[in-house]
Amino acid sequence: MNPLKAHLQAICPDAAFQDGSGPVLNMEVGPESLAALLPHLKNDPELLFDFLEDLIGMDFGEKVGAIYRFYSTRHGHRLHIACQALNRENAELPSCSPFWEIASFYEREVFDFFGIRFVGHNDMRRLFLRNDWTGYPLRKDYDLSSEANPVKLQSEPLKDITQAVVATQSGEISGQDRALFEKDEYVVNIGPQHPATHGVLHFQVSLEGETVRKVDVHCGYIHRGIEKMAESMTYPQTLAMTDRLDYLSAHQNRHALCACIEESMGLEIPARAQYIRALMDELSRIQSHLLFYACFCMDLGALTPFFYGFRDREKILDIFEETTGGRLIQNYNVIGGVARDLHPDFVKKTAEFIRYLPTVLPEYHAVFTDNVIFRQRTRGIGVLSREKALSYSVSGPCGRASGIACDIRKRRPYSVYDQLDFEEVIRQEGDAFARYQVRMEEINQSLALIDQLLSKLPEGDYCAKTKPVIKLPEGRFFKDVETARGQFGVFIESRGDKYPYRLKFRPPCLPLVAVVDPLASGNKIADLITLGASLDYVVPDIDR
Amino acid sequence: MANYFSNFFHALKSLLIGMKTTLKIFFRKKTTERYPEKRGRLHVSERYRGRLEMIHTPDNHHFCVACGICQMNCPNGTLNVESRMETDAQGRKTRVLTAYRYDLGRCLFCELCVRSCPHHAIRFTNAYENAVFTRAKLLLTLNRPGSSLKPKEESPAAPATPDAPSGDAPRTAEAGKTAASPGANPTER
Amino acid sequence: MFDFSVATAWIDQGLRNVMSPAWAITVECVLIGVALLAVYAIMALILILAERKVCAAFQCRLGPNRVGPWGSIQTVADMIKILTKEIISIRHVDNFLYNLAPFIVILGSLLAFACIPFAKGLQALDFNVGIFFMIAASSMGIVGILLAGWSSNNKFSLIGAMRSGAQMISYELSIGLSILTMVVLSGTMQISEIVERQDQLWFLFKGHVPALVAFVIYLIAGTAETNRGPFDLPEAESELTAGYHTEYSGMHFGFYYVAEFVNMFIVASIATTLFLGGWMPLHIPGLDEFNRVMDLIPSVIWFFGKSALMVFVIMWFKWTFPRLRIDQLLTLEWKYLLPLNLLNLLVMVVIVVTGWHF
Repeated sequence: MNPLKAHLQAICPDAAFQDGSGPVLNMEVGPESLAALLPHLKNDPELLFDFLEDLIGMDFGEKVGAIYRFYSTRHGHRLHIACQALNRENAELPSCSPFWEIASFYEREVFDFFGIRFVGHNDMRRLFLRNDWTGYPLRKDYDLSSEANPVKLQSEPLKDITQAVVATQSGEISGQDRALFEKDEYVVNIGPQHPATHGVLHFQVSLEGETVRKVDVHCGYIHRGIEKMAESMTYPQTLAMTDRLDYLSAHQNRHALCACIEESMGLEIPARAQYIRALMDELSRIQSHLLFYACFCMDLGALTPFFYGFRDREKILDIFEETTGGRLIQNYNVIGGVARDLHPDFVKKTAEFIRYLPTVLPEYHAVFTDNVIFRQRTRGIGVLSREKALSYSVSGPCGRASGIACDIRKRRPYSVYDQLDFEEVIRQEGDAFARYQVRMEEINQSLALIDQLLSKLPEGDYCAKTKPVIKLPEGRFFKDVETARGQFGVFIESRGDKYPYRLKFRPPCLPLVAVVDPLASGNKIADLITLGASLDYVVPDIDR
Repeated sequence: MANYFSNFFHALKSLLIGMKTTLKIFFRKKTTERYPEKRGRLHVSERYRGRLEMIHTPDNHHFCVACGICQMNCPNGTLNVESRMETDAQGRKTRVLTAYRYDLGRCLFCELCVRSCPHHAIRFTNAYENAVFTRAKLLLTLNRPGSSLKPKEESPAAPATPDAPSGDAPRTAEAGKTAASPGANPTER
Repeated sequence: MFDFSVATAWIDQGLRNVMSPAWAITVECVLIGVALLAVYAIMALILILAERKVCAAFQCRLGPNRVGPWGSIQTVADMIKILTKEIISIRHVDNFLYNLAPFIVILGSLLAFACIPFAKGLQALDFNVGIFFMIAASSMGIVGILLAGWSSNNKFSLIGAMRSGAQMISYELSIGLSILTMVVLSGTMQISEIVERQDQLWFLFKGHVPALVAFVIYLIAGTAETNRGPFDLPEAESELTAGYHTEYSGMHFGFYYVAEFVNMFIVASIATTLFLGGWMPLHIPGLDEFNRVMDLIPSVIWFFGKSALMVFVIMWFKWTFPRLRIDQLLTLEWKYLLPLNLLNLLVMVVIVVTGWHF
């Protein structure tokens, strides 16, 4: 770690370093030094931080600012940079968007919630809230009263104008209006109510005949402010929210938050609980990928395979329900382990299922995967190059389809994954078909994992003993897990209370929505739908 | 040219294989669950959380001391424990439950209330037919009319749900089972 | 075999006995019109139910099972419901064209429906260029679809209508050419004659290879012509929500719906007529005993049985394949089906001229 620190110190002499836990370097810099540092981070051969994992807006108390999480796929370094804006009222930070394209979305979110403007950003609009919203809700001094933001009964007119934040020669910061769409463009609204957006997501699509010119994504139709709510919740209560993010990876999300809390408390988890968590995670992954298959088929107009996927997913949900009492929202992981022991039938039924699924998967392939129409509709469509995928922080199956080895289970093993034998499925093509294949192959890998987990499942406690009131020590805590859609991260800033000071989730789906525009441009409308299906985003995960 | 034809026949073959597979499934047994017909015979997991319920003994006693821990633990403001102070025979002031309000429409089914209850006074039932026509009907009062706290002498029956790990030592075996009682509707407010 | 012309002639005679010939013809026209409309509507109801049942079976489901035994009168209930639904009037639409469009679609499909020989002697329109008339009449539907897309003043509808225009005009070619191939084999364009000439052997067998190729092309193009999956691009619900009929409600939507299903039946029955002998029983030359047994089965059953089989195949396509993209759709037609079809026509002419058919 030291050479990295020394190198950074040389570039940025006024940076303050804190020794974080594990192989992460924490540093704090001012906005000016950050602006100078950013190009180095991206391009310096010794740094090469090509993956912007997350950008966390923070109200530090006196000042507002952001925490950047960088990762280098080349060197494996991880770097967390905290940066506070100089001024609370007119908070400004340098924009990362010229170097990491995903930052244009991350920064819009931070702008939305903290009112920080990013100098050099081309499209400084709110990402989730309405444009006529008053205040920045995640600031600690935000006026929560309903008078400040009454429920608006009129729909918001869509504006075709956005602001670019630029710095003039004299150092003054100003906003310049920029048109999103020209006057005579043929703009079609796909969503918020549309069968192929997989939820309430809204694409403004500019068309030229059948060809897509540009896609503008509007998020936030179901934003619930979970991160804000969590700030007034005790840690066990915050757990109830995670299942409602990406509801197809409910177990994994909750696993991440539980693990984050447990690690920061220094709580040791019984081995059986670890195995149960991993088992449930893999079952979730299979059911999520089965649903992906089903929805992919449906979006491409093949309605019959849709039902095959759902038929078999139902079997997993039955297994879930037997043990956890829930099908979609399971509430199974708790701080210290899992809520209840496995149902007595669990092992038998799961073993039956992992024998059953390989008998129907060939049918899936016969009906859909090998179909010539499907192949022609997905091969070479929406090619996401490795560089583009890194720049957009695409993780999970979509990232692996573009050749990024980004499986957290392999890169930073958590739970019991380091004791298990499985393959990280990676393809180089980066097209819709590769994304599909990665997921279908992951089903097989997960089946193998479940088989191993079942045979190794230890006896013992299923939950560690915890205090009635859970308090975390002061500090910043991070935890990442691999959900069915990619890297799901949890960040907790604790000030020693029983409530988190700030809780931030890294949504794996926001980068997936961000790449829709570059991938769809120049393709047909039908390809836009194929793309959406192959990226497999879940809207509640974007709108937290 | 050869490519043109081989592509064509390859494509045709893939389509025919697909049609063969769907036809095979055409004659297979169907998986539809016949819900209203099979009502009562449907398998519902005994751990399924349908609706919160207050445990009552046959002689209309409950175990709730109105401490309000469940209300505090609820992440969504679902519960409202209404109580009054009463002076008992020995002159001690005790809290007595008057109404245990539960808003089914707001419930997240996270089970924090059940897990935190020190007296095992509440549990989740398996009742799954919770659809009603108005939201007002989702506001339930869980304590039955005329019910009262079970006198102290008798220790409560076996806990109805597994112990909360935050309270007791964890157990590996499955604790008492939540009995299905879809018929026992709590009184509607 | 029972000849329905005996019955129709008897009715005709009866009418002429009580009124002047001009009146008799008027009354007959009205009767036939009413009968056709009734059969048209009933056909649609049966087909919609069949589609729902068939698709359910493909999808491991039971399908409608609430109204009536095995859900058999589900579609009747649906029909009553759709009749009672409000036809919502929309601002910014071209009112006249918007309201006219569904009727054009229905009209085109009804005219084509009238040409179908349901049984021996049971055919409303039969003249020497019957097949030609049928192609012309069924092409009218496209006008209704284009009008609907245009007049709805909705971007989704317009895209759907444009797709539909490109698709139907392309596939009309394939349909026309594959029908032409069979006309070459039969030597007549009169529908009743075409059926009569299959009394020895159905054309599918008589014309062997070119007939089989024409049959497959006809089925593909016919499916495309009716806008059914995998060629349902004009209404591709995952892309365009409902395509050209997005804005239609109540019975106006119902017209499109009914026409789509009956068009499927029309395509199936033309396939039956041209390739599978129409109402003609299965005859194998030389097996007189077998042929006599086959003749005992009424011609109506033969016709509807074969059509039902064809309808099933078209449904089977829809519930197996994913939707094509617009460029694939046009590639399939212009790069594969059309050249193949032209070649096939040539082969058929050679075969007919040299007498190499059975």
